[in-house]
Amino acid sequence: MADVHPLIRDELLPPQQPPRRHLISIADLERDDVARLLALSRTFSRSLEREVKKLPALRGRTVVNLFYESSTRTSSSFELAAKRLSADVMSIKATGSAVDKGESLKDTALTIGCYDPDVVVIRHPEIGAPNLVALYTSAHVVNAGDGKHQHPTQALLDLYTIEEELGGIEGLHVAIVGDVLHSRVARSNVQALLLMGARVTLVGPPALIPRGIEAMGCSTSYDIRAIRDADVVYVLRMQKERMLAGANYVPSLREYTARWGVTRDRLRSGQKVMHPGPMNRGVEIDDEVADMADALIERQVRSGLVVRMAVLYDLLTHGPVEVKVAEIEEVA
Amino acid sequence: MTAVLFGQSGMENVVVRGPRVFDPTEGVDEIIDVRIDGGIVAAIGLDLDTNEHRVVEGAGLVLAPAFVDPHVHLRTPGREDEEDITSGTRAAAAGGYCAILAMPNTDPVVDSASVLGALVEQARTEAEVPVGFLAAITRGQKGEELTEMVELAEAGAAGFSDDGRPVVAPSLMRRALQYNVAAGRPIALHCEEPTLSRGGQMHEGAVSAELGFGGYPAVAESLMVARDLALARYEGEALHLLHLSARESVEELRAAQSEGVRATAEVTPHHLCLTDEAVRSLDSNVKMNPPLRAEEDRVALLEALRDGSIAAIATDHAPHARHEKEVPFEGAPFGVTGLETAFSVLYTRLVTPGLLELGTLLERMSAGPARIYGLECPRIAVGAPANLVLLDLEATWMPSETGFRSKSANSWLLGATLQGTVAMTMAAGRTAYSA
Repeated sequence: MADVHPLIRDELLPPQQPPRRHLISIADLERDDVARLLALSRTFSRSLEREVKKLPALRGRTVVNLFYESSTRTSSSFELAAKRLSADVMSIKATGSAVDKGESLKDTALTIGCYDPDVVVIRHPEIGAPNLVALYTSAHVVNAGDGKHQHPTQALLDLYTIEEELGGIEGLHVAIVGDVLHSRVARSNVQALLLMGARVTLVGPPALIPRGIEAMGCSTSYDIRAIRDADVVYVLRMQKERMLAGANYVPSLREYTARWGVTRDRLRSGQKVMHPGPMNRGVEIDDEVADMADALIERQVRSGLVVRMAVLYDLLTHGPVEVKVAEIEEVA
Repeated sequence: MTAVLFGQSGMENVVVRGPRVFDPTEGVDEIIDVRIDGGIVAAIGLDLDTNEHRVVEGAGLVLAPAFVDPHVHLRTPGREDEEDITSGTRAAAAGGYCAILAMPNTDPVVDSASVLGALVEQARTEAEVPVGFLAAITRGQKGEELTEMVELAEAGAAGFSDDGRPVVAPSLMRRALQYNVAAGRPIALHCEEPTLSRGGQMHEGAVSAELGFGGYPAVAESLMVARDLALARYEGEALHLLHLSARESVEELRAAQSEGVRATAEVTPHHLCLTDEAVRSLDSNVKMNPPLRAEEDRVALLEALRDGSIAAIATDHAPHARHEKEVPFEGAPFGVTGLETAFSVLYTRLVTPGLLELGTLLERMSAGPARIYGLECPRIAVGAPANLVLLDLEATWMPSETGFRSKSANSWLLGATLQGTVAMTMAAGRTAYSA
């Protein structure tokens, strides 16, 4: 028998798995990435003004929503965003699934991975859950909120809302008011706003402003009057469900509202007010403020849809590696 | 005092030919042969007769007193899937240790002479290197009632500790110090004020603020350190502080020592090499209690190790099952392994860049911890039992998940390149490890 000299040519090797891009933390993004996503969001916003709102862009792609925490606006807007782009969507809630039977996140990720999803959107009460899912699936992972860590699509939709309303972000002053300690929204927003050239002041009771957070590049104040200097007042939800019993971050919600509640007379006219929802009216935000013309709260929800469309589309189409894969599919 | 170390011993005949013999305590540092007769160092000199002895080639290697780890979790009884006496002591031997001390936070807790007696019997036959067992200070480590400390000491307890948790009530801590006069063994304290550390996942500081983790502030440790030192001062009793992590704790320790309080302390390799910045990786293998702290804390610990305020390096080897660590950081248990990497990582990260003398490292890993617990110091001197480690300071290696003797692989050094390997360990006159 003749000697066989195996001839190894690049194209005969099994295809290398391209490095997958994820959206897990705003800290992973460059200014250009954000600018691209916001521009893409604007494009999708125009497309939604048409009578037929569905685009064929992600036909044949699969998006899995994996939600370990209750959520109305985030899960519904991811689902609708995927459907508007013609992707197949599968939504899994932790209750009523194998998670209830004690399945670990790793095993759930491996199980879902068997269906070859293109994107896994995950919300989880523990920091680092999206990173773990990224280790055990070959899908792009989008963080829809992990513990107190990050909620990057919320920050992007907030940037988009501000940009649409005020014409830009660079040079603006944004005050973020309330329970920063327990807020992933605050952390993502501080990073996103600073990245785009805004100035950020965190305002709230001392125990709810995390020690050392100034190192991120923002300033802090314990005095509600500090919000008067801001162009935008971003009100955080008072997360009652996160308050450990007897932790005494504040003596009572009543005292919190009296000292740090955002009311009409604490605002200057023309200031824009934002809130990630769901609101506790009468606690962190006054009824009158929530319903005033300068409140952008419903616009934020609308922005959520187009921004999440942009995120899904960008992850699945942007970048040289992904373009190549798309070309091969077309040839086949 | 009754014996407190239990394990296999030997009466081997060995000649180590031509190593650099380095015993900082004995003041020896020269290239010379060492002959061991019947497990005892019998001769140190040039061109020794090998007689019929096994010859170990030592040229280019360092022969030093083997290490003593004062802080190991052997997970036995209760979690033998994570570690048992055999695997833990094999890991110790591979790391250059000739003796280790095991903590009592097992299931059941080592809080009675019967639980301790069973471990001692197991260790006599299974331990590759001699093991000592600490017993709990309080029953079930619940912090409510003292254990029968005198009976436990007579049954061979090497010391007392509720490691894993603090003795919360000051009155009970005081009673333990008082009663220990009768038991006469070292008391080792895990200093953590639990209402300040509650919900804490990592050091409270700029990194926890950014990542959103619950903070475990330095003051949660230093406040308890200050309390325990105040009680030791008041009672005139000695105590040992486990795994210090904070600069403020070091300051409390120094102040007490300068007033004559008999306080000793230990520090882990991870607190000497890493800071809270490492947690940005969200890798559950950098989650430990006490947590990795800020750079100023790391520098203070290193300085205290250098000047001897902290006299011992302890691994706090804490094996965890893979499935328990393969979860998001927040859900993972605290603790990392360390027996097989301690010397290499400290040599690589501290000695080679000139931050720590090799002699100091060897002393703090051997005689330092031995003295704290009243154990015989490993030494290279005629008449001493052969407790020796042969080190290759030039060789490099890479810890990997499958390469450990420990049953667990929750190491923060997976994939790191380390310089310095253990070529051979002799413990109690017996070759416990040979590369």
